[in-house]
Amino acid sequence: MIRMENVHKAFGDNQVLQGMSLEIPKGTSMVIIGGSGTGKSVALKCILGLIKPDSGMIYVDGKDATKGDRDAFLARFGMLFQGAALFDSLPVWQNVSFRLLRGPLKRPAEYAREIAIEKLRRVGLKSDVADRFPSELSGGMQKRVGLARAIAAEPEIIFFDEPTTGLDPIMSGVINDLIREIVTEMGATAMTITHDMSSVRAIADNVAMLHGGVIQWTGPVGQMDASGDPYVEQFISGSAEGPIEAVR
Amino acid sequence: MNPLAALGGLGRAVLSLLATFGKVGIFAADAISHIFRPPFYPREFFVALMNVGWLSLPVVGLTAIFTGGALALQIYAGGARFNAEAVVPQIVAIGMVRELGPVLVGLMIAARVTSSIAAEIATMKVTEQIDALVTLSTHPMKYLTVPRVLAALITVPMLVGIGDIIGIAGGYVVATENLGFNAATYLQNTVNFLETKDIVSSLVKGAAFGLIAAIMGCYYGMNSGRGAQGVGRATKSSVESAAIMILAANFILTGVFFSV
Repeated sequence: MIRMENVHKAFGDNQVLQGMSLEIPKGTSMVIIGGSGTGKSVALKCILGLIKPDSGMIYVDGKDATKGDRDAFLARFGMLFQGAALFDSLPVWQNVSFRLLRGPLKRPAEYAREIAIEKLRRVGLKSDVADRFPSELSGGMQKRVGLARAIAAEPEIIFFDEPTTGLDPIMSGVINDLIREIVTEMGATAMTITHDMSSVRAIADNVAMLHGGVIQWTGPVGQMDASGDPYVEQFISGSAEGPIEAVR
Repeated sequence: MNPLAALGGLGRAVLSLLATFGKVGIFAADAISHIFRPPFYPREFFVALMNVGWLSLPVVGLTAIFTGGALALQIYAGGARFNAEAVVPQIVAIGMVRELGPVLVGLMIAARVTSSIAAEIATMKVTEQIDALVTLSTHPMKYLTVPRVLAALITVPMLVGIGDIIGIAGGYVVATENLGFNAATYLQNTVNFLETKDIVSSLVKGAAFGLIAAIMGCYYGMNSGRGAQGVGRATKSSVESAAIMILAANFILTGVFFSV
């Protein structure tokens, strides 16, 4: 289980998180929605330790996320970045099996390549993609490679940062379905941040609405449409009228 | 303009400069300490060796040969004013080995390697590749900085040595083909005139300049701002800082080796 308690983070005068609290039960898929610049990515990076919160606590399975063996902590996570964040200098298979080629999880190169090809197949890519470089792939293929990398070491917790941004509706649907299938199949705990309501409906067990640096509403995805929360209703309808200012 | 405001501005600029020196110093100490601590990344080190050393050879060789040739012409023409044309081999040798070889190689490495390291790492930063490294349990300092710093520390002295030899060869070709020097005498004078200290100072300068070039590239890359402008600014600042620090270090090291 992931638990954030009263987390604050500011960049200069910009108070991004102002007491965010959230619980993600083990084995469930939580989707955080909210407008641009509301701190969704910051929250995710705080959990991973990429950004240090100014105050507040973050627990993973009841343990303080900032303490203990950092490598062991990060080995439990997989992450799909917004722009895929593939390493340009490495071919696709080495990107996917990055963890298996170095460090404590190091395996022989042939084995790591086999795993990479298996994971590429899992995300719908053929084995001939393995030897290409990221710059030779389309945006959708890069996202799938990023997804393959996120699941390569079979993590317990997977984070998805805007998984469908910049993709056409069909490719977005493919990625959403893949994420749902993989999360269910692996029994992983998932946290996704997105603006895309079709992603929310496809991926989420639970939804949290982040606005003004705090969680305004959270609940099961089935209750989202009838939440009665003006922030959630405005976000779903995409209306310029409501408590969320259109000009921010 | 209000003199107090001007003084305040000057103070802020000095403080900012000192803060940057401090940050670079801490970064360099951290990078050097990581050289001795596992995990090590031999593949990345080998790639860095190729990029910093092997692929810099053409530019270093061309710079050195033209500089050596021009130096021979200058010394011959200048020496003729007081009947000292015969000192061409000695001055070319001492000029290349003590000063021009290390400084020109250092500046070429700053232009070629520092800029490339800063642009590559800054691009990795703005495209979240550095964050991705961290989530894959890989320390960016160990994976990105250490291989480049170590490669520069090892290969730049070698490049300086090669540059010294090629520069002297450039002077030799010009002197023997255009200025009428006897080939054997030229070589004899060159070898006899150089001292061990000249060569050691050249190689030590090479190591120092290599360290500066790699550290500045990595530091500005890792601390780049956002977007294309951030990458551009990081690249520009890294080359400017590396070039200035190389020239300053050259002055200090020359003082250490040759002060009377």
